[in-house]
Amino acid sequence: MTGAFLEVRDLHVDFPTDDGTVHAVAGASFSVSPGSTMAIVGESGSGKSVTAQAIMGLLNPRAAQVSGHVFLNGTDLLECEPDDVRRMRGSVMSMIFQDPLSSLHPFYRIGDQLVEAVRVHQNVSKSQARDMAIDGLRRVGIPAPERRVDDYPHQLSGGMRQRVMIAMALINGPDLLIADEPTTALDVTVQAQIIDLMMELQEQTGTTMVVITHDLGVVAEMAKDVCVMYGGRIVEHGSTDDIYYRTSMPYTQGLLSSVPRLDEVRSERLDPIPGNPPSLIRLPSGCVFHPRCRERSRVEDDLCRTLEPELLEVSPGHTARCHLVDGTGGAP
Amino acid sequence: MGAYVLRRVLIMLLLLLLLSFAVFVLFSLLPADVARLTCGKICTDQTIELNRIRLGLDKSVFEQYWLFLSAIFVGRTYGVGEGAVVCEAPCLGWSFTKSEPVLELILDRLPTTIFLALGAFVLFLIGGVLLGIYSALRRGGWQDKAITGVALVGYSLPSFFFGLVVIYFVIIRWQILPFPRYEHPWDDPVQFVQTMILPWLVLAILYAAFYTRLTRSQMLETLGDDYIRTARAKGLPERTVIGKHALRAGLTPIVTAAGLDLAGLLGGAIILEAIFSLPGLGSLAISSVTNPDQSILVGVTLITATFVIIANLVVDILYAYIDPRVRAS
Repeated sequence: MTGAFLEVRDLHVDFPTDDGTVHAVAGASFSVSPGSTMAIVGESGSGKSVTAQAIMGLLNPRAAQVSGHVFLNGTDLLECEPDDVRRMRGSVMSMIFQDPLSSLHPFYRIGDQLVEAVRVHQNVSKSQARDMAIDGLRRVGIPAPERRVDDYPHQLSGGMRQRVMIAMALINGPDLLIADEPTTALDVTVQAQIIDLMMELQEQTGTTMVVITHDLGVVAEMAKDVCVMYGGRIVEHGSTDDIYYRTSMPYTQGLLSSVPRLDEVRSERLDPIPGNPPSLIRLPSGCVFHPRCRERSRVEDDLCRTLEPELLEVSPGHTARCHLVDGTGGAP
Repeated sequence: MGAYVLRRVLIMLLLLLLLSFAVFVLFSLLPADVARLTCGKICTDQTIELNRIRLGLDKSVFEQYWLFLSAIFVGRTYGVGEGAVVCEAPCLGWSFTKSEPVLELILDRLPTTIFLALGAFVLFLIGGVLLGIYSALRRGGWQDKAITGVALVGYSLPSFFFGLVVIYFVIIRWQILPFPRYEHPWDDPVQFVQTMILPWLVLAILYAAFYTRLTRSQMLETLGDDYIRTARAKGLPERTVIGKHALRAGLTPIVTAAGLDLAGLLGGAIILEAIFSLPGLGSLAISSVTNPDQSILVGVTLITATFVIIANLVVDILYAYIDPRVRAS
């Protein structure tokens, strides 16, 4: 726990269902140092959103079984009373979501929703809270905030709504902000604005951020470190440069080659990963990625099918879950 | 918003006009010959014809309707000379079987029906919504299964059967309450409550079952919505998340159903009023069918329909109040 603000250790999240147990997250571990940004990347169903909701304590305890440790500034959130975690939500740690239209309550004015967020954590009067709400809206670049504060969500554009969500998440000055696909539901031009805004605000406030996304462009722009998740596991973890330029896991390789890049001259077609993400109820044996892996023929004895690889160190601070990594720093 | 309400009120008035015409024409098509039924003790063909002229039944349906409609605003006199009957405005017709203006008969019965409807309404709405929320929160648990099961039974019970069973046990077998005898609350409050408590409860249970099921499904739907997750992410306590954010979002269909049910009840709970011998609109309607009096039937039908139309208007205005997106469009 040296200097990490958020440390997730051996996080497991299971959802028992009638068809069997869904192992949404199976032993995820990572840490984020104060003020930095970590990205969690993966396809749908890789466990990245569930990881975020487990950190926030947002998973329904009647549906999800969560185990492991989530240390926030040294406190294990999974050991805390639910009501104590509730008090930390929105004040110490905040979260913004993918679709700002459905994430804001359609029947309440945005000002009222912001005021509510303030007053649940701070003992201030309604008018003080309203002033804070207007300030918060101004800070996220909403024009004429003293008028906009009385708007309903449906009266704002998508980008403005996400700004409202960000204002609401930051209004109590949290130390940790988790952004779950913050730009996915937005227009491309607006995406860039929102990313710039988040980075600008982080610079001002020093908030630690975890950004969950499948957009590798967002990752490259925002994150210092990256976790790549697949089948509920972290399959590669390292600095953004490690992930982009010293890719050590075939799945990450597949992700990178399935999007166009401007920094490389490419003449070939985009190269998507064949197949579909695995069923989280009946995971493949061995390496969870082996049925879709193009490199498995390079591993002897069909080891990929029979033995799940450990997260092995590629270089200091860069790990990958692949039999091709020899654990002594050699790349595959 | 003001323009919206005004427009809706105008539409409502137009609708009432059309409705009154439809009701009037519908009942004038009944095979009963009102002139014969109300001509008095000694009926000759001649007296029947005179009576027909006195009632205006010799005129065409449209003329009759016009007389009926204008009577609401200027009153009406049936017949001429000594036997003339004056029905002052607002005149909703004259009952020749009871020798009273129809409106007076209705107003006389209305308080009973209003007390019955409002009492049951408050009980079933509060009970049904609270049980529905509780059931949704305990989804899949034994409490949920018990509530849903009982609600299904309550929902399926016919009111005449349930009402009679309750009377048999509570009043006849166990003698917890005296036989129902209606008194107005300002005359005899104790007797009023003793008479009303059973019909209130019976109605409340029958209706609450529906509201429990409706609220439960609404809550389950909204509790999965994204803004509920946002509310939790803000650190709101669970009672605020459910009692404020989820309930407000799931309220619209409940308000609709409640408005229309209240209007229906105000038109008279015909079966329960008969079972518990309550002198309300429902029993007035029944008696004017068994002892045929067309003008009362027209009056009661019109009043009931007016309640439904007004309830629709109120519900729509409440919609706009609940959901700001409705206000915009």
